[in-house]
Amino acid sequence: MSGTAITKVDGTAVYVKGNDIDTDRIIPARFLKCVTFDELGPSLFYDERFDADGQSKGHVLDDPKHKGASILISDANFGCGSSREHAPQAIQKFGFKAVIAESFAEIFHGNCTTLGIPCVMMQKADRTRLGELIAADPEADVVIDVENLKVICANTIFDVTMKESAREAFLAATYDPLDTLLAQRRGIDETAKRLGYA
Amino acid sequence: MGKTLYQKVWDDHVVGRLDNGQYQVFMALHLIHEVTSPQAFGMLRDKKLSVAYPKRTFATVDHIIPTTSQARPFEDDMAEQMIQVLADATGEHGIEFFAPETGAQGIVHVVGPELGLTQPGMTICCGDSHTSTHGAFGTIALGIGTSQVRDVLASQTLAMDPLKVRRIRVEGKLGTGVTAKDVILHIIRVLGVNGGVGYAYEYAGAAIDAMTMEERMTVCNMSIEGGARCGYINPDETTFDFLRGRERVPQGDAFEIAVEKWRGYASDPDADYDDDVLIEAADIKPTVTWGITPGQAISIEEATPSRGDDELIGDALRYMQLEPNTPIKGTRIDVAFIGSCTNGRLSDFQAVAEKIKGKQVASNVRAIAVPGSEKVDKAARELGLHEVFEAAGFEWRKPGCSMCLAMNPDKLVGDEVCASSSNRNFIGRQGSSTGRTILMSPIMVAAAAIEGQVADAREVFEL
Repeated sequence: MSGTAITKVDGTAVYVKGNDIDTDRIIPARFLKCVTFDELGPSLFYDERFDADGQSKGHVLDDPKHKGASILISDANFGCGSSREHAPQAIQKFGFKAVIAESFAEIFHGNCTTLGIPCVMMQKADRTRLGELIAADPEADVVIDVENLKVICANTIFDVTMKESAREAFLAATYDPLDTLLAQRRGIDETAKRLGYA
Repeated sequence: MGKTLYQKVWDDHVVGRLDNGQYQVFMALHLIHEVTSPQAFGMLRDKKLSVAYPKRTFATVDHIIPTTSQARPFEDDMAEQMIQVLADATGEHGIEFFAPETGAQGIVHVVGPELGLTQPGMTICCGDSHTSTHGAFGTIALGIGTSQVRDVLASQTLAMDPLKVRRIRVEGKLGTGVTAKDVILHIIRVLGVNGGVGYAYEYAGAAIDAMTMEERMTVCNMSIEGGARCGYINPDETTFDFLRGRERVPQGDAFEIAVEKWRGYASDPDADYDDDVLIEAADIKPTVTWGITPGQAISIEEATPSRGDDELIGDALRYMQLEPNTPIKGTRIDVAFIGSCTNGRLSDFQAVAEKIKGKQVASNVRAIAVPGSEKVDKAARELGLHEVFEAAGFEWRKPGCSMCLAMNPDKLVGDEVCASSSNRNFIGRQGSSTGRTILMSPIMVAAAAIEGQVADAREVFEL
């Protein structure tokens, strides 16, 4: 087993708006100069949050009302571009446990899943409504029910979707696939031999 | 019903089905570099695991390497530490490392093909989204994250969901001055930056068939910018001719036997596709981006879009400091960059050298040419190309990713505008949080460098 099952995620949420937010924006390349992921949290969305002198630009992530948020909301094609796992690592180390968006870029989605960060897809009208609920009460608890594909906030229930293989993996605690893959050592070696790679 | 190349390669490499519905897929070739891979070795150490198939992984250094002096230790301490961690880890695990100044170093997606490591019918992965480049040889080539690098090191397999296949046929003949880069920018413009999510792209049609391998690599390279995790082209005589005699392919009769096997991976004529798109080559013009995603592209003959209701257009125009409804031609540039895994191969520099001979880079432009690998550099020098570039006012640098992502000292300053042969025009991509990138083909970069502004290579070079 790779960890514990993730059946639901709850906490406060913050909405970082915009389509096609790429992983260079999530974490600029200069912060990739590191040999571990440990220190990446503070660099999340750095250039969107701070100017060249390191002064805050008043980004929503730095709004005290959203301090401690554990669910990140965004729009279409979130996480496009570079495959850098530094992006979901920074999101996780900043304190987020799940991401809700219109859609996700594929490599980013895979990286999040492996790290145990559910990527949940919610339609635009619902995200707008959820955003309004959060704006009205930043302390409002948002619950992502992974098992039943619902998001609940202030007595409002939203239908959401997830990639089924990811949902299964969260429920079965196999989202980090390494142990599952290693269990097939014989099958791996047979495949390698059959293909002439051994 | 026949099968696509994607289905054939997938079926060959599947180890089994996993409980969550994914498949375990064997990776024929794994490429690693210093930015996304060293952490994976740390993960192995934590779990007391070894590398399962060290002979199927190859390492190089490209992202952080300086392009002025590559003597060790690097001036940047962290860059030095990153390359050292990679050197130590590959040494410890018996992985071949194409280190700087060995003659084999270069951008990972240039090195694999030029050595012949990349071969038709393979599954290939690398912790880099432009791994799709290798699809030009008829492979399933995927960008992966660091935890997946760990998975491949430990098991030589990945847990994967199968993709659908979209065939994109580019039919007809490309016009004069229209390059492979224009083809892929046009495709992304038409299908969108997320149009390919869930798909492998199969590029086909007469215009693709007519391309050289280096041109095909340019097309496949940017599949990810269209949202497709991989893109491929069926192997044919062009593929086999490129590979024949390369260092890491079978030699002599064994090569001809391999060719017969490789040929069999090509999609069957009656293969079924999940989607089929037709693009007319005649519709493709020299194409440049105007915005902050590779899909925000127009032909050199067009104007920037009007703001309309699309917030993204307004945001992009504001960031780029461009007016709506204004011709892109004539946009002043500060920097010209020719290089990257998209357009840093010998033929890219040859095409430019032919055209810039006797011309001069404009006085307002800083122009750099960065070969994609030590082999590209050597071949270019043997042809005297570096002298042509230098005479025209370009700096000829040492190989690396350089200003494509600016992890080394090659960066834009402030809100400089860069005419770039790379693959991403994202906000801040080229090392300055206000820097601006206009993507285009190498000959269009050369035209812009000479004119000091975005220009039509067909006019500047009288093509």
